[in-house]
Amino acid sequence: MAIVEQPSTSVEARELEAGPRHASPDEALGVFKRPQGDTGWRSWLFTVDHKKIGIMYGAAALFFFLIGGVEALIIRTQLAAPEQELISADLYNQLFTMHGVTMIFLVVMPIGSAFMNYLIPLQIGARDVAFPRLNAFSFWCFLFGGIFFNSSWFLGGGTADGGWFAYAPNTSVVFSPSHGMDFYAIGLQITGIATLVGAVNLIATCLNLRAPGMTLMKMPVFTWMSLVTQFLLLFAMPVISVALFLLTFDRLFGANFFNVSAGADPLLWEHLFWIFGHPEVYIMILPAFGIVSETLPVFARKPIFGYEFIVFSGAAIGFMGWGVWAHHMFASGMGPISVAAFAVSTMFIAVPTGVKILNWMATMWGGKLSFTTPMLFSIGLVTMFTIGGLSGVSHAVAPADTQQTDTYYIVAHFHYVLFGGALFAFVGGFYYWWPKAFGLMLRENLGKAHFWVMLLGFNLTFGPMHVLGLQGMPRRTHSYFDGYGFNVWNMVATIGAYLIALSFLIFFWNIFVSWRDSKKVGWVPPGPDPWDARTIEWMTASPAPSHNFDHVPVVTHRDEFWYRKYGETDDHRIVRIAAAEEVAQTGARTDVHLPAPSYWPIVLCASFPLIGWGLIFNLGIAFVGGAIALLALFGLAMEPADDPDAGHGDHHDDHHGPDAGPEAAAADADADKEATLVD
Amino acid sequence: MTDTAPAHTAPTAGPGPDQLDGVDLESWGLGTNNATGLTNTKLGMWLFLGSDCLLFGALISTYLLLRHRGTGIGPEDVFDIPFTSVSSFVLLMSSMSMVFAVSAIARGEDQKLRLWLLVTALLGGTFIAGQVYEFTSFYREGLGYTTNLFSSAFYSLTGFHGVHVSVGIVMLMALFFMSLTGRLKQDRAEAVEVVGLYWHFVDIVWVLIFTIVYLIP
Repeated sequence: MAIVEQPSTSVEARELEAGPRHASPDEALGVFKRPQGDTGWRSWLFTVDHKKIGIMYGAAALFFFLIGGVEALIIRTQLAAPEQELISADLYNQLFTMHGVTMIFLVVMPIGSAFMNYLIPLQIGARDVAFPRLNAFSFWCFLFGGIFFNSSWFLGGGTADGGWFAYAPNTSVVFSPSHGMDFYAIGLQITGIATLVGAVNLIATCLNLRAPGMTLMKMPVFTWMSLVTQFLLLFAMPVISVALFLLTFDRLFGANFFNVSAGADPLLWEHLFWIFGHPEVYIMILPAFGIVSETLPVFARKPIFGYEFIVFSGAAIGFMGWGVWAHHMFASGMGPISVAAFAVSTMFIAVPTGVKILNWMATMWGGKLSFTTPMLFSIGLVTMFTIGGLSGVSHAVAPADTQQTDTYYIVAHFHYVLFGGALFAFVGGFYYWWPKAFGLMLRENLGKAHFWVMLLGFNLTFGPMHVLGLQGMPRRTHSYFDGYGFNVWNMVATIGAYLIALSFLIFFWNIFVSWRDSKKVGWVPPGPDPWDARTIEWMTASPAPSHNFDHVPVVTHRDEFWYRKYGETDDHRIVRIAAAEEVAQTGARTDVHLPAPSYWPIVLCASFPLIGWGLIFNLGIAFVGGAIALLALFGLAMEPADDPDAGHGDHHDDHHGPDAGPEAAAADADADKEATLVD
Repeated sequence: MTDTAPAHTAPTAGPGPDQLDGVDLESWGLGTNNATGLTNTKLGMWLFLGSDCLLFGALISTYLLLRHRGTGIGPEDVFDIPFTSVSSFVLLMSSMSMVFAVSAIARGEDQKLRLWLLVTALLGGTFIAGQVYEFTSFYREGLGYTTNLFSSAFYSLTGFHGVHVSVGIVMLMALFFMSLTGRLKQDRAEAVEVVGLYWHFVDIVWVLIFTIVYLIP
């Protein structure tokens, strides 16, 4: 619900508050008191603070990243040499499916969500997102969906094995008889709900809660790209939801949607999936584009080149992304006219992407570059993504694509854009915003080692796959014969994969030692603005206080924070006019009334796996889960979004008792007004 | 950056509060005091409805693709257009009573609000009852969920719509009981308005479904 900041009450009212507080147990369905407190595990489980939720998104995504990474290493070990039988073909199918789904839905998308949750309110000068409790709901829904999906390793009699795109009818019960695909369909349905709710929430945040003066064209580029991403999610998720529903109904209830013997059309799934699936690739890459658009200007000491072009090309990608889905289906036999149309539209969508790359290069051109770790990772994105983008354009050429379909060339392409693009930017983003989130810097020397090992490992792994693919090595095949010329490059790719694993060991070690450094005597905190940055998330203390800003900033410029630190002389030289510490707010204010924590989001989401397991194994469990969900939904809907009888941790000195005066009563009514059913 | 005093000064230096004439910064983000002047709740509902369009779009496309591909019982064998027309009319009338409910709370007339909420819910319930009757009679004529492509697509599409209507009825009844216990006064008129948006949307979707599924051969 809304960001509730109430005027502090009068002196008389404050004195009244010193008296005994009136707990009102009739709130929140009359059973539980609202959770309170800013510390301890409860403050995480029941939090509605967008920053804690963002951090939890990041932590959960890194956990799933470990799972997906181990799956990748097993795959690469199996493929290191020809005709190996380390794992069976069946297990191999499960591994590449789980690896793909995990990395896409449980790693890249949630890391994007982590940055968006943490940064959007800070970048637009808001206290929180538009619907804080729904934000908590989104996170827990994603986490329980991910856990449910991975529980198929233990419960499913085999995990999903149809590839991440799960082409029906190949994924019908006949061809995939284990429960794995049921876990896939229901698990992605659950994470899809999380994503959809998050999209509504973050769009409303971007549109409504911008600080006064921050027009759309003054928004930081990261927030802009996030907004486009969320619109893509808003319209893409329902389509995959329908596809997954149809698949679930087919598998569990015997419906006929993909039953070819009854006359069904196998292209139905492909179309539904890729209408979602192609916007999905922009959903994954646009937040990464936003991150480098923030870091490059800071470390080139220049404003972003062509802000309008960056923003509008991002929006153009958002629109054109809907008109290219069938280029995933050139080999499906859908007819020459469709193929020609989608080939042309696919070539066109390379234009706005190219515009962005030119803008980033022009931003760096002539700048005073400082090669910090975030800068290195950003340059990594610009270069590696360009390679992936070029191989992508080669897919747009339909005759060439027909040769490349289902070969390692495709695997090379999408790893260059997803790993070389999205993940490089995300890791750079971790290094860049770490001081803002945790109040400590990651070590630069270890960061640079991380970058170079990762860059080397990445190129050794996926570079050779271009060659393998053009030589004709098919993807999704658990082994290959000796003597086809595949041996050397497969061994190189496997060595590269282990180098990538090493680079992330360096990353986790860096996190640990940097944290240990911060506990030493004589350690100096980095201050609000360690990078001399430009946007207003740096204009508050590090780590950001729970109320974000002491006072809502009034925005007059793009790069507002920079303009408060620097001015221009009469002869057009840029001079520093204020230190960051003078400009930045201290975060010391304590009388800001924040949305209250809530039990219901986690309770509600914990019921979803029960419903899922119940649908697969025993409807009784589903009814129990459904009952919990119903109760929790009503609890969530009926509790006031903003608990008038509880503060938020140490921010509760504006508590107002029943006689707190008309001022408080009015504020109360306002808060109540926000608590409508649909929150 | 070794220079003397700048010609331009920063808009506001130092961590003191910013000022802006005519804007209450302390309550920024509360209610309609925000960048668009729309409350978060209403904007959120509009966004959700936009998303729901794609849900029904995908379901309707699936139905159109599949309805004539299979064998066995087809649409023209089971549809009872006069009956469905009546239940469609009932659902459309519920949109009118929903408007009356929104208007009642806007004027602070609690009695009328409850009356019209109840009427809307009853009309919606009548529609659902009609759908249950329709499904049952189709089933008796041999059209089970797994019978053929048409049956799976038809029951899924209309079933999803029925679930939407049912959720709407639950929300209406929740509003009704909130009003009964004095928790829904004029100052929260927007709650009714937002549920109304949802209700009208579900009606409009039914107009599309009725036209595309039942009327167009």
